[in-house]
Amino acid sequence: MTSQIAQPRVLADPWVPLEYHVGASHRETTDTATLVLLSRGEQIRPFLPGQFAMLYVFGVGEIPISISGDPAAEDVLELTIRGVGAVSEALRCAPVGTPVGVRGPFGTGWRLDLPAGADLLLVAGGIGLAPLRPALLHALRHRRRYGRIVLVAGAKTPAELLFTKELAALAARADVELVVTVDRATDGWTGNVGLVTKPLAGIDLFPEWTAALLCGPEPMMRFSAKVLLDRGMPAQRIQVSLERNMKCGIGLCGHCQLGPLLLCRDGPVVPYPVAAPLLVTREL
Amino acid sequence: MVVLGREGLDRLVEVLMERGYRVIGPTVRDEAIVLDELTSASQLPFGWGVEVGPGQYRLWRRADGAAFKNSAGPQSWKQFLHPAREKLWSADRDGSGFTVTATDSEPPRYAFLGVRGCDLAAIRVLDRVLDRGEHPDSRYHRRREGIFIVGVNCTDPGETCFCVSMGTGPAVSPQPPPPCGGQGVGPTPHQPGYDLVLTESVDQRGHHFLTEAGSERGAEVLAELPTRPAGPGEVEAAETAVARAATAMGRRMPAADLPAVLAATRESERWSEIASRCLTCANCTMVCPTCFCTTTEDVTDLTGDHAERWQHWASCFELDYSYIHGGEVRTSGASRYRQWLTHKLGTWHDQFGGSGCVGCGRCIAWCPVGIDLTAEVDALVTEAGEEPR
Repeated sequence: MTSQIAQPRVLADPWVPLEYHVGASHRETTDTATLVLLSRGEQIRPFLPGQFAMLYVFGVGEIPISISGDPAAEDVLELTIRGVGAVSEALRCAPVGTPVGVRGPFGTGWRLDLPAGADLLLVAGGIGLAPLRPALLHALRHRRRYGRIVLVAGAKTPAELLFTKELAALAARADVELVVTVDRATDGWTGNVGLVTKPLAGIDLFPEWTAALLCGPEPMMRFSAKVLLDRGMPAQRIQVSLERNMKCGIGLCGHCQLGPLLLCRDGPVVPYPVAAPLLVTREL
Repeated sequence: MVVLGREGLDRLVEVLMERGYRVIGPTVRDEAIVLDELTSASQLPFGWGVEVGPGQYRLWRRADGAAFKNSAGPQSWKQFLHPAREKLWSADRDGSGFTVTATDSEPPRYAFLGVRGCDLAAIRVLDRVLDRGEHPDSRYHRRREGIFIVGVNCTDPGETCFCVSMGTGPAVSPQPPPPCGGQGVGPTPHQPGYDLVLTESVDQRGHHFLTEAGSERGAEVLAELPTRPAGPGEVEAAETAVARAATAMGRRMPAADLPAVLAATRESERWSEIASRCLTCANCTMVCPTCFCTTTEDVTDLTGDHAERWQHWASCFELDYSYIHGGEVRTSGASRYRQWLTHKLGTWHDQFGGSGCVGCGRCIAWCPVGIDLTAEVDALVTEAGEEPR
């Protein structure tokens, strides 16, 4: 299968960031924000859903962040960032106008070129919803190519759910099936409680006719995949998005190795049959 | 084939310098044979041999005055092709944004004098990693493309050498031809990948170097040197010396399907046992001629208006190497040694289509506790029940 968007091989110096600035910043949760970046000149190439970019904050440093925006949107680049370190926290708190260096897009994308009418199942844990969002937006834009579109989104608590307005809009759509679940309910929560594996075990599923995209903590993806495999889904229909330390983003620095994979090059999106044996060995 | 004398070697260094090359070759410093810029062939390690073993490296005086009869030292050519520290770019604030300026200096033109088979193979490994992917390292590419290589066939391997079992020596081997159907414009003759190759010998005819050109510019340089045609039996004698070297290796890598063995032994107790000896000091990765890992460092000056990004060598033995938010992936020494060894000999095949090991033995000699990767692989092969091939 081929990618949806052709990408030229020849690039400008992939080490040099292009200059963007924060056009808008939307608070998602107490520790997470979605940045809308605008270019000041040359833009990065179009991205595939699931790919990541390297974001540089002047004088602070650079980190890999999955692109969370609409792949069809021109001139804007959206990324959803949880503040966990110096650079991510600087980005999360960056006021409008802050300059941000961008390299990318890098890595593999979700394979969305399914047989016409195939069902699409997206399973997100926490911030894992961010890299899945471009796939969902792509599928909704090309809605007729797909059968059912099912999104199972989990978070630790209701306060940690991302894209809540969009989730509410999705819930109102007749052509999307949405299941939101939280590990722990708080006051006022009337929805599902439990890990994403719980609804996965119960939802209507046509395993032979479904592609599953999983993104979240590794244990969540392992257990979700197990549920799907147990329900008869072929392993090659499952894709996962994996994370390791990335410094260069272009397969030159070695940091993002996971066994035979260089995740910046062979990932982050990896077919489950490739990923599965690599996720069972501790500290691989 | 022609023969160069001692004075011919002197002239070789001069001719290369006249042609604008910075000549890099072996020389003795700090009780080791290091690689440094030479201005005269007299700086070569004439009369120095090397005794190596696990965790051991000692120079000794050779009676024959030979310059290249010593096994690999602590350094390799990667420090010139892929420097330990390099500035990638600088950035300056301007108004509300910043402007990035890529480092764009003219690369030095190096001539590498005395590249053994193992080390030429290591350069080819670096080529595949840094220069053949989707995003080639443009700095490496520019340094690499101008290099003049004087290879040396090895006739005196050391106790830690195992190039024969890795297929990289002791002879400097020509680059394999590109696969059929490769893209190219016009009929380009295949080049062996070195410009000159020497075989040193000291015998009743004196101290001399059987020499062959491997490229057009190699032939041009050779034409400027005082040479004589090879005498009767000289070519055969050199071939015999190299063939003898092939049987004198101190070690060998087990002939097994190493990617399969290492994938099957990820959970072996052996890794913890090795870790009880390993100091995770990263020496093996620093001396390895193919270990290419780097990290980046972002720095600013005191004003905060000028920032730079530097790249420097990194090692999979560092805790920070595998850091992602929340902690390091590989905290135990066992997992870090496993990463190094399985990458070098196993997953390198998956990533870059060949082994990352060339059999130079540096990691054995420069390991402070003398861990021998050939012995460790032997144990893992046995554990995996792999039939020797």
